[in-house]
Amino acid sequence: MSRVEFWQGNTACAEGALAAGCRFFGGYPITPSTEIAEHMARSLPKAGGVFVQMEDEIGGIASVIGASWAGKRAMTATSGPGFSLMMENIGFALMTETPCVIVNIQRGGPSTGQPTMAGQGDMLQCRYGSHGDISPIALVPASVEEMYSLTVHAFNLADIYRVPVFIMADEIIGHMRERIEVPDKVQLSERKPVIDPTHPFRAGCDLIPGFPTFGKGYAVHVTGLTHDDRGYPCTTNPEMHEKLVTRLFNKVESVRDEISLFETINTDSKVVFISYGAPARAVEQMLHDHPEAQIGHLRLKTVWPFGERCLSQFPNAEVFLFPELNLGQISREIERHTRIPVISIPKIGGNLHLPQELWEITERYL
Amino acid sequence: MSGDDWLRKDRLPHIWCAGCGNGTVVNCTLAAVDEIGWQRANTVFVSGIGCSSRAPGYVLTDSLHTTHGRAIAFATGVKLADPSLNVVVITGDGDLAAIGGNHFIHACRRNIDLTVICMNNQIYGMTGGQGSPTTPMGKLSTTTPFGSVEPAFDLTELAKAAGANYVARWTGFHVKELTKAIFSGLSTKGLAFIEVLVQCPTNYGRRNKYRSVTDQIDYMKTHSVLKQKADRLREEGNELPEDTIILGEIVKRSLPAMGVRK
Ligand SMILES: Cc1ncc(C[n+]2csc(CCOP(=O)(O)OP(=O)(O)O)c2C)c(N)n1
Ligand code: SF4
Repeated sequence: MSRVEFWQGNTACAEGALAAGCRFFGGYPITPSTEIAEHMARSLPKAGGVFVQMEDEIGGIASVIGASWAGKRAMTATSGPGFSLMMENIGFALMTETPCVIVNIQRGGPSTGQPTMAGQGDMLQCRYGSHGDISPIALVPASVEEMYSLTVHAFNLADIYRVPVFIMADEIIGHMRERIEVPDKVQLSERKPVIDPTHPFRAGCDLIPGFPTFGKGYAVHVTGLTHDDRGYPCTTNPEMHEKLVTRLFNKVESVRDEISLFETINTDSKVVFISYGAPARAVEQMLHDHPEAQIGHLRLKTVWPFGERCLSQFPNAEVFLFPELNLGQISREIERHTRIPVISIPKIGGNLHLPQELWEITERYL
Repeated sequence: MSGDDWLRKDRLPHIWCAGCGNGTVVNCTLAAVDEIGWQRANTVFVSGIGCSSRAPGYVLTDSLHTTHGRAIAFATGVKLADPSLNVVVITGDGDLAAIGGNHFIHACRRNIDLTVICMNNQIYGMTGGQGSPTTPMGKLSTTTPFGSVEPAFDLTELAKAAGANYVARWTGFHVKELTKAIFSGLSTKGLAFIEVLVQCPTNYGRRNKYRSVTDQIDYMKTHSVLKQKADRLREEGNELPEDTIILGEIVKRSLPAMGVRK
């Protein structure tokens, strides 16, 4: 069963979080993400949860990590400047394997840039922005419906893999209103139970340890320092560091094809568009306007980790065309995985590519 | 149980230098949590980064050793998410007052139900002796090689002005009084802040002409005055020397607090 709503993307994100059992939000207001915080401020107390407006985004993500250890599904939402402030504690969450969800409604950067305009300029920052070798998960919604469903999915992935999961939306998807069918029930995953309480950070062959929630008598020590299986600092042993960081990296990278979600259209095509987020809507419109051209489309819902298997869905591809609201950030990642030419179609400034504009470029390759 | 039962013994020996004041504060803290009857299973210690912030790693409870300056913000999340947990923050003067100053002010304003214990050694110990916001004027550090030219922060006045329900200052020499103050802090509903002046022989004492650990403790002893006495002296029109250390309970009140267990 489901009900139909006409929601803004940011509302759908907050509602998805609530449906996923999120019971803690800590954050700091910033355009164009603020509606998520406001929605959570209204809804969480009624749902028995907690909303706290922190003094800055560093405090926001810190409080979320603390709440996660206290056993709550927890999230924050922000945009570029706040996302930059969060980087150190995002690394802490990765090192301590803390499940949490971080929503970035991207605007035009760098710096304060364009607070009210859309961008996708933080796609590499979410992957590489925190120091050290890391591998987080990033999902990109392209509709109001996906703001809901991918937010639910993000909480599940965070709990399963014990990593921070990013929702890398943009101002267009965050602020647009669309029809959405809201399911009565969503599927929820749980954190793995602890197997050996004396070695709470020991992982099995899936590389993921069980989660020792605070207050349950585990007496777990959680540190951002390099640590052993007991969680104890061990900072000068090269083998220990290599073992830990490699495990943290591989627990996500080794299952990237499982985590990677994407949609395909016209897989026989020679000319194939790749897109994620708002530009996908322009591509879809262009495909709709020119059905006779049978143009291919690969729409990524998971950008990190990048599962290169999605590229092999297009065996006849002779060119990949890739519109992004940045100067070609993920195009470069695609280039690492294919010999087929990848033509970046960058656009910054806040406007979305026009379907006509994309068609004119397409015609050159038909 | 005794304070000893709260120690994570398989992590000993600790990393602190011989003569460091941090161990005394851990002793007093564990004596107080034990006396008040808290259980290990629902007590959480949270810290930032620094020598002082290593303390939670030696306590046999859930503990969160976080990023430099951010302990209070992490602790805010723990406490609000589960108010049934008793949450104690251990921090240093740099961690609390420099990089973490804003979180400190806002936690006092929220009057959130945490006990914050600051081991103030007036220097950055962990990174080798750089100046801190509490380094007194004229004192030497690796980044104030000609003497600090900045006025030092009075952390208790800051906490008081920002709204904390309980504020006290002692030194590592005043073990009994300190333990009592921590006990009072733990029983406070709202934010309790206890500043403890501690000696750092390695980085502060050595540079500032304290020839031994006891020299530095003697200095703290001889330069400190109880708050009541200081208030009286001032009322009588006396001026206290610049380097007077005022000890005791600075504030005890019951303003509305946040995150208190129902
Ligand atoms: C963001 C960040 N900046 C700088 C450091 C380096 N650092 C580690 S501890 C420390 C100062 C610690 O001083 P204090 O909080 O007074 O603690 P103490 O070591 O004296 O107990 C600094 C600057 C860091 N770890 N993180
Ligand atoms: S450097 Fe100073 S504060 Fe750090 S352990 Fe040594 S004496 Fe203590």
